[in-house]
Amino acid sequence: MIEKTVAEITAALNAGDISSVELTQAYLDRIIRFNDDLNAFITVCTDSALSQAKKADEKRAKGDTSPLLGIPLAHKDIFCTNGVTTSCGSRMLQNFVAPYDATIVEKLYQAGVVMLGKTNMDEFAMGSSNETSYFGPAKNPWDTARVPGGSSGGSAVAVAADLCAVATGTDTGGSIRQPAAFCGITGFKPSYGRVSRWGMIAFASSLDQAGSLSKTAEDAALMTNVMAGLDRKDSTSIDKPVEDYTASLSNSLDGLKIGIPKQHFAEGLSSEVEQAIREALVEYENLGAIIKEIDLPNNHLSVSVYYVIAPAEASANLSRYDGVRYGYRCEDPADLEDMYKRTRSEGFGEEVKRRIMVGTYALSAGFYDAYYRKAQKIRRLIKNDFVDAFKEVDVIIGPTSPHTAFEIGSKTDPVTMYLEDIYTIAVNLAGLPGISIPVGTAEGLPVGMHIVGNDFAEAKVLNVAHLFQQQTDWHRFKPTAFEKES
Amino acid sequence: MEWETVIGLEVHVQLSTKSKLFSGTASQFGAEPNTQANIYDLALPGVLPVLNEEALKHAVKFGLAINASISKTSVFDRKNYFYPDLPKGYQISQLDFPTVGKGSLMINLEDGSEKVIGVTRAHMEEDAGKSLHEDFHGMSGIDLNRAGTPLLEIVSEPDLRNAKEAVAYLKKLHSIILYLDISDAIMAQGSMRCDANVSIRPKGEIELGTRTEIKNINSFRFVEKAINYEVQRQQEVIQDGSRVVQETRLYDAELNETRSMRSKEVANDYRYFPEPDLLPIVIDQAFIDSIRETLPELPDAKKARFVKEFGLNDYDASVITNNRDMAEYFESVTRDSGDAKLAANWITGDLQALLNKNNWEITESPIQAYRLAQLIARIKDNTISGKIAKRIFEGMIEDSSSVDDIIEEAGLKQVTDSGEIEKLVDEVIDNNPDQVQQFREGKQQVLSYLVGQAMKLSRGKANPNQVNQFLRDKLK
Repeated sequence: MIEKTVAEITAALNAGDISSVELTQAYLDRIIRFNDDLNAFITVCTDSALSQAKKADEKRAKGDTSPLLGIPLAHKDIFCTNGVTTSCGSRMLQNFVAPYDATIVEKLYQAGVVMLGKTNMDEFAMGSSNETSYFGPAKNPWDTARVPGGSSGGSAVAVAADLCAVATGTDTGGSIRQPAAFCGITGFKPSYGRVSRWGMIAFASSLDQAGSLSKTAEDAALMTNVMAGLDRKDSTSIDKPVEDYTASLSNSLDGLKIGIPKQHFAEGLSSEVEQAIREALVEYENLGAIIKEIDLPNNHLSVSVYYVIAPAEASANLSRYDGVRYGYRCEDPADLEDMYKRTRSEGFGEEVKRRIMVGTYALSAGFYDAYYRKAQKIRRLIKNDFVDAFKEVDVIIGPTSPHTAFEIGSKTDPVTMYLEDIYTIAVNLAGLPGISIPVGTAEGLPVGMHIVGNDFAEAKVLNVAHLFQQQTDWHRFKPTAFEKES
Repeated sequence: MEWETVIGLEVHVQLSTKSKLFSGTASQFGAEPNTQANIYDLALPGVLPVLNEEALKHAVKFGLAINASISKTSVFDRKNYFYPDLPKGYQISQLDFPTVGKGSLMINLEDGSEKVIGVTRAHMEEDAGKSLHEDFHGMSGIDLNRAGTPLLEIVSEPDLRNAKEAVAYLKKLHSIILYLDISDAIMAQGSMRCDANVSIRPKGEIELGTRTEIKNINSFRFVEKAINYEVQRQQEVIQDGSRVVQETRLYDAELNETRSMRSKEVANDYRYFPEPDLLPIVIDQAFIDSIRETLPELPDAKKARFVKEFGLNDYDASVITNNRDMAEYFESVTRDSGDAKLAANWITGDLQALLNKNNWEITESPIQAYRLAQLIARIKDNTISGKIAKRIFEGMIEDSSSVDDIIEEAGLKQVTDSGEIEKLVDEVIDNNPDQVQQFREGKQQVLSYLVGQAMKLSRGKANPNQVNQFLRDKLK
């Protein structure tokens, strides 16, 4: 049962084939057995998970058949969870216990989910490989010598290795979609503003968006149904009705216009990844879709723009970690300045410090116009490219990542690492919904395909992803090492 | 050389809203440390700001009161700096697009003339908490009750030319703010704070001199003293052949001097950038109009009306309308007593003296408007004389019983019985044959002496008009 989708598990729970307690115990057993190898979880909540499962079973016995009732899930350790440590993958918050739940945590609790624990991530979501985590990298279940991608690496690993049914993640430049691609699962990032950011630890406020890592697009729709919606506590969340994202999953794709950005099939893309994507496009043609090459002329600037805007916002967002009120504080500070310097030097890892420095520099007097202001202008150009493209096509499809999962420790140059998100970053800059789904393998490692929709076209993106998964079974492929139940 | 002083003021006003600028926490003055700080105010990871619309309304209201342009779109920015009482490590403020743009207000100068002072802008921002340096054994305590309290920073043009003008501007601002009821504006409690930018230049010069910013001025009196000290200092610096250094200086009220703050605290690059957690504030004309409708009659308009409607002189009208409560008190006394002139005289005279002496606000006066109106009514219906009224007024401070009871009890009711007055007059005529003679010989001034004698004899109770009449009749 642990390898099933949320939709399938829910059917089994409703049919009485299994209880939430049994299911939860099965996942907990797998976590105990495999987490040492995979390092997917930072915190495991055995007792509270079982008691939540028991409650869910009681509710179901009374006739409650809510879609996520009793589903064991994992939260990325970036979401504040009342009473449970929220580390954000950092030494700075290693012992931080939030006194409140993030809005999406609360919404999912209300839907009746069981929280198995909190998943590993790049420190403060800054990374594309999970290697910046203070708790060590999560390992890719397809090959534990390889990275799972990041920053939501722990969530991707947990779903791919069946340590949970579904997981939450956050995506600032590709942090849900890229690990989903590397681990062979489905990772969905809704439009900016669709899901509340309250209680989600900020990296880059204008780019951060919560979403899900799941086995199928259908499961992503079930999660989005619960997670999406206006939240008065987040001024950037959108006052727009939430659709039932499962309702349109099976809509026909006959006549669908798919845009293929020529910039995403250019130099740097591995030929095997390209091959897998091209084959997937044939499936869409078989479904009646029309493929059309499109131009995103400013796309090549997106990584540069991102690495000005995101660090600039981060440099301010991370100022609160000063050792004064909570979190890590250095031993025996000599004075205030010493406390600030040592607390932040010791509490943050290298990549976080690098980005704080870059961001601080970009906002400094005399450099603001050259960096931050210019980046904002180019951001608008990048957005306009999409606006123009969506006048001609319904969705944009390309590879999620230029290649498959790489080996741990193989990318030591930060800029090489930043280029990991070359296909995904522009989507965050434009605030659009995007999904990565598995569409094949290359040398035994999963390949992810990226489907991008127009503003708030979540339903369309999920529909396009779902119909592919109805035609193919790439989403059923499993890493063999962790395949069977114990 | 003759020097000209140029002053601009930056005034921070704590907006009196039920909750803070970006969180739902209350913001009362004087609560136990850290009892008014929620997870947002503590800047826990994951929290987000939500604008308090009441603060926005207050800001717009102020803008309308000084005829300022109101921005239909304004933007919050982050001002970055590290300090233990600034929990987020940045202050949310407004840099390039403040809610309130250019406006102006009128001040009254000592020679009776008026001067228009420009207001450059007014923007919303959140206050910081407080660092407590005592009783922590070598460490500092942090109180975040004040953190996030809404402030309106009002920046004047460099239109002020001396310390007295600066004080007049600040008092006018204070008056308008209290009229609008958008802040307590109590300088001693910090709900109104003033920083002064001061520079000097040779008279006739157009170019501005190098300015210094004086902080920590917490009373109207200190504004004047601090500026005068600083002007003097700058003149001495220049006359000594040195240059004024652009810097922030702290006013020390005890020593009455300004001191340079350490340059480290001044040389800050705040790295402002638009606050990504908040969308631009967009307001429409209907919103502005709905706030305009709530504007009260403001001091200048009220003053003009008091002059026109009640015949007050400029000075009295100014003094009375300076304070909204005072103006309301005056209108109430006038309505109940039917005599604006007497009401103004009593309020600007005896009542003002009483309040000053005890450091009371008009709202704390032991003599409420309706009682002062009764007193004036008794003067007008001749129950008591103006002179006796002053004694009754004194009695009314301690005694809260009705004016009539106090008059009765003191036996100070005016004598109007003509028989009694005639007896008094006769006695005065008998006792002062010389003066009577002089009067009869045409020396009219003597009459007032004789009236005075009669009044004295009655211990002030006789109606002076009647005494006057009897004397004239009898001495014909």
